[in-house]
Amino acid sequence: MKAISIGELLSSHPLLSGLPAADIETVAGCARNVIIKPGDMLLAEGQRADSLYLVRYGIVSIEIHSPGVGSIVIDTVGPGGVVGWSWLFPPYRYHFDARAVEVVRAVAFDATCLRDKAETDEQLGHLLYKRVAEVLLERLQMTRVRLLDLYGSKSVR
Amino acid sequence: MAPLPYRVTETQEEAPGVVTISISPLGTAIPAHRHGQFNMLTAFGLGESAISLSGSGPEGKLVHTVRDVGPVTSALCGARPGDVVGVRGPFGTGWGVEDGSFLEEGDVVVVAGGIGLAPLRGAISALVARRSAALEARTRSGNVCLVIGAREPQQLIFGDDLARWAAGGARVTVTVDIPDARWRGGVGLVTSHLGAAGFEVEGATALICGPEIMMRFTARGLVDAGVAPERIRVALERNMQCGLAWCGHCQLGPLLVCRDGPVVPYTDVVADLLVQRER
Ligand SMILES: Cc1cc2nc3c(=O)[nH]c(=O)nc-3n(C[C@H](O)[C@H](O)[C@H](O)COP(=O)(O)OP(=O)(O)OC[C@H]3O[C@@H](n4cnc5c(N)ncnc54)[C@H](O)[C@@H]3O)c2cc1C
Ligand code: FES
Repeated sequence: MKAISIGELLSSHPLLSGLPAADIETVAGCARNVIIKPGDMLLAEGQRADSLYLVRYGIVSIEIHSPGVGSIVIDTVGPGGVVGWSWLFPPYRYHFDARAVEVVRAVAFDATCLRDKAETDEQLGHLLYKRVAEVLLERLQMTRVRLLDLYGSKSVR
Repeated sequence: MAPLPYRVTETQEEAPGVVTISISPLGTAIPAHRHGQFNMLTAFGLGESAISLSGSGPEGKLVHTVRDVGPVTSALCGARPGDVVGVRGPFGTGWGVEDGSFLEEGDVVVVAGGIGLAPLRGAISALVARRSAALEARTRSGNVCLVIGAREPQQLIFGDDLARWAAGGARVTVTVDIPDARWRGGVGLVTSHLGAAGFEVEGATALICGPEIMMRFTARGLVDAGVAPERIRVALERNMQCGLAWCGHCQLGPLLVCRDGPVVPYTDVVADLLVQRER
């Protein structure tokens, strides 16, 4: 059986699907395939944002730690999702913890390498940041909707 | 059309303020229903409410799951075994799962929010059973993929059914907005978990039931993912009175929800109606 290449994994992920093959090949140089065990952290609040994860399988919980309360889960990210947005802008530090709830298979990007590629190749950078903006917009909209009590007493169902 | 008397045989609290009541006919039973249809239930002395069927059983047994939001639903939620309620129905359109082509052409993704799972319960059980039968007969079948959302874990209903459906081969994703310390499932809106539902977009059919805002975002999310709008069905909800397309109470644009709905395909008209402000 032929092993699936990083490039193939990347082009099947919603963040990058449809990108020209040459661009996929370029960013693939910054990526590696990872498996994270349940309970293990992908990233921790305050740490340098040196990785970005494209989740392929499994669930990652996004958590915030509160002294005396412990970890509070604020979101979960499943297959097709992205973890580690803080790689995008200075000061490149993570704002939350991210932990594997179950076995997680993901493609991990070296953030510095990805930023360098996006800055050197302007066309690629434009495409990449456009994709990222689309996903972030969607997340912002979902967060706003979540502020409503969507299933709550005002709605009958 | 006078309501037929039914006796309450069993009640079960599903979540705070949400009760499933089983009723059996005292005499004549209403005709058989299709999954997704609703009845008008009378709490005598108070009034009538439209309530979807969440199940049925032998000897005319009917099951409804009710959320206490006002006088009639409060009386229904407070009913005890032995009490008598009135039933008219069944009314409206259903999910259409009785149609044999379901699952033949692809996966079925079911998205439910809050008590919106109640009108889908019978349809999901039928789909899971059909898939198992198809696999046993070695015929092709799509997957049944469920994405179930609730505000908090304690507001999730039908926990036993979720486990049964998962054991029966359904892919079940459950997500809450506000988890507690013991919660191990998804967190966030159902719309954020559509990607994790594991369905193949090509040939997929979607059934959505929940508050209208949730249905709006979910239907848009599915269309953006590539699901054909005509293969998406949503359940509309409007105040009902006659249930018989006479009084016009349930009018929503060109539709009378009691007759043309509650289950309708997600056409452009319906997409517009879901954003229309109430007058
Ligand atoms: C086709 C259909 C199927 C339904 N299925 C179920 C079900 O399975 N389980 C369930 O608990 N409820 C269901 N409902 C909603 C249920 O009919 C109403 O909650 C009920 O009529 C409220 O009556 P009440 O006397 O208890 O409260 P009311 O005092 O009449 O209403 C309480 C509050 O709910 C609002 N309201 C009432 N009815 C509706 C409605 N239809 N749509 C939007 N807002 C409404 C009112 O404006 C008010 O704010 C369904 C409604 C429809 C149209
Ligand atoms: S409830 Fe009377 S027309 Fe629909």
